[in-house]
Amino acid sequence: MNSLRKADLKAFVAAAVIFAVIYGLLQAEVIGAFWELNLVLIGINIILATSLNMINGYTGQFSIGHAGFLAVGAYVGAIMTVKLGFNMAVALIAGTAAAGLLGFLVGLPTLRLNGDYLAIATLGLGEIIRICILNIDYVGGAAGLMGIPRLTSFPLVFWIMVAILFFIKNFKNSAHGRACLAIRENEIAADTMGIDTTKYKVMAFTLGAAFAGTAGVLFSHYFFIAHPASFTFMRSFDILTMVVLGGLGSMTGSVTGAIVLTFISAALADFPQWRMIIYSLTMIILMLYRPQGLFGSKELSMQLFRSLKIGGKKQ
Amino acid sequence: MDSGFMHQFVQQLINGVSLGSIYALIALGYTMIYGILKLINFAHGDVYMLGAYIGFFCTSMLKLSFLPSIIVAMVGTALAGMIIERVAYRPMRNAPRIAILITAIGVSFFLENAMILFASPQPRTFPAVFSATVYHFGALVINSQQIVILVSAIVLMIALTYIVNYTKIGKAMRAVSFDADAARLMGINIDFVISMTFALGSALAGAGGVLVGIYYNSIEPLMGMVPGIKAFVAAVLGGIGIIPGAMMGGIILGVVEALVSGFISSTFRDAAAFAILIIILLYKPQGLLGKNVREKV
Repeated sequence: MNSLRKADLKAFVAAAVIFAVIYGLLQAEVIGAFWELNLVLIGINIILATSLNMINGYTGQFSIGHAGFLAVGAYVGAIMTVKLGFNMAVALIAGTAAAGLLGFLVGLPTLRLNGDYLAIATLGLGEIIRICILNIDYVGGAAGLMGIPRLTSFPLVFWIMVAILFFIKNFKNSAHGRACLAIRENEIAADTMGIDTTKYKVMAFTLGAAFAGTAGVLFSHYFFIAHPASFTFMRSFDILTMVVLGGLGSMTGSVTGAIVLTFISAALADFPQWRMIIYSLTMIILMLYRPQGLFGSKELSMQLFRSLKIGGKKQ
Repeated sequence: MDSGFMHQFVQQLINGVSLGSIYALIALGYTMIYGILKLINFAHGDVYMLGAYIGFFCTSMLKLSFLPSIIVAMVGTALAGMIIERVAYRPMRNAPRIAILITAIGVSFFLENAMILFASPQPRTFPAVFSATVYHFGALVINSQQIVILVSAIVLMIALTYIVNYTKIGKAMRAVSFDADAARLMGINIDFVISMTFALGSALAGAGGVLVGIYYNSIEPLMGMVPGIKAFVAAVLGGIGIIPGAMMGGIILGVVEALVSGFISSTFRDAAAFAILIIILLYKPQGLLGKNVREKV
């Protein structure tokens, strides 16, 4: 227990140092507005990728409708601040809760499916959510909900991200998380061992959806607008690609995937025609040569480096 | 009751069947590829887009008539399908399923954006290959495009049914989709069969693309995204891996969409397709024509 806390403390200090460096660079205006926007986007994408990783990576339930929950968070958060005049804290809580509740309601029936069927059902659900939003005039319909105040800042995104990462890390190491991992490895065996598989699948799905909602609130309050076109299944594929690229089941992998892909996409912003072609070729080539993702299901940590060194000596 | 309602109902039915037969053509390729590789080929919708562009090129630049154009488009997309399989999917035959799925998504992005780069993102007007004659049956309206679509789709489906059921390669396809390992032991060249499956499926999608170009008179590089997903819905609806199921699923989907856009609202059209999908998945996941296969521990 003590060593666990020590590790947490180290991670926290590391996060604080990273934050101080980036924030310092931002304040000194070494990092311009374009990269500041992308830093916020990276933070939001990390939340999205790690939360999808809880569903796809830890629990092995193949969901590709994450953009739907992102949309719910974005819109509910925006309604709170724009229409009802609440502050950002209320928006964050409401957006998270709404997306989580929807995830629970949607997850309960659909998680009976498995494999490709679940994938295509979640894809369909994500699209249904988007089309419903498109038809609600209260939130602007196809034109989108405009005039959202910019209440998201880099420090807010960063610390929410750190809190969520901390939560997910602890979730994985908890009894609940172990149950989810057992379901991923073999659902029937897990069921036989007395794990309530439905309960844990729905739990992972609900939590993943809720965090996607948090990301949605941050997203809409940074870009001034919540627009249905930002939440198509292409967005879901984007998030899924980050997770798989980093390595399914690896939290640090998802973080790396989110950083790398957002960075590639930003760095190529000057070549709009070539951007998506290079992006798609990166995806194909990476999958051809490293189908398990960059990290596999391993976590990037100091321990991994140490074990690599020791392993090298022994051989 | 009022004959106006009946009239509109039958009219929407006609529109739905012609749209649905295009979905069916795309769904056939999905279902064949899924049946043989267990892969949701997300790039299939973009192969259909490719077919539409080849058709556009033949009719507007080379001034070919309908039949040669659709044949060139089918040959072109068949080749494209085989190349995609060879380059992107074959090296991943033993990789985790999700990695292949990501590759398929990557191929889909690549085709879309390569087309945007070469043919510009602007929609193009598909030349009128037929003089648009409108036939009146009482109060009902059918135009010549709808007849062409229906006839072409039916001919292609009959041809496919013949190939799958009565030729040697068709028999090999059925064998591989039933049990790939056993088929290999019987001396079937799996790689060749899979390659041919992609060729056949892609050719049907290419034909669908040309027909859609004729029907809507407009094509664009991203036109394959939504019909691609919907055709997959059609394939699941009929029972994935089952060829008559894909035809049926396509027609049903087309009719439901036409009825929803005719009687409720055209903005809910796409939601209807996905709602059908979720209902069918929850109550009969093996599809309308699928058999219930028990999972063994």
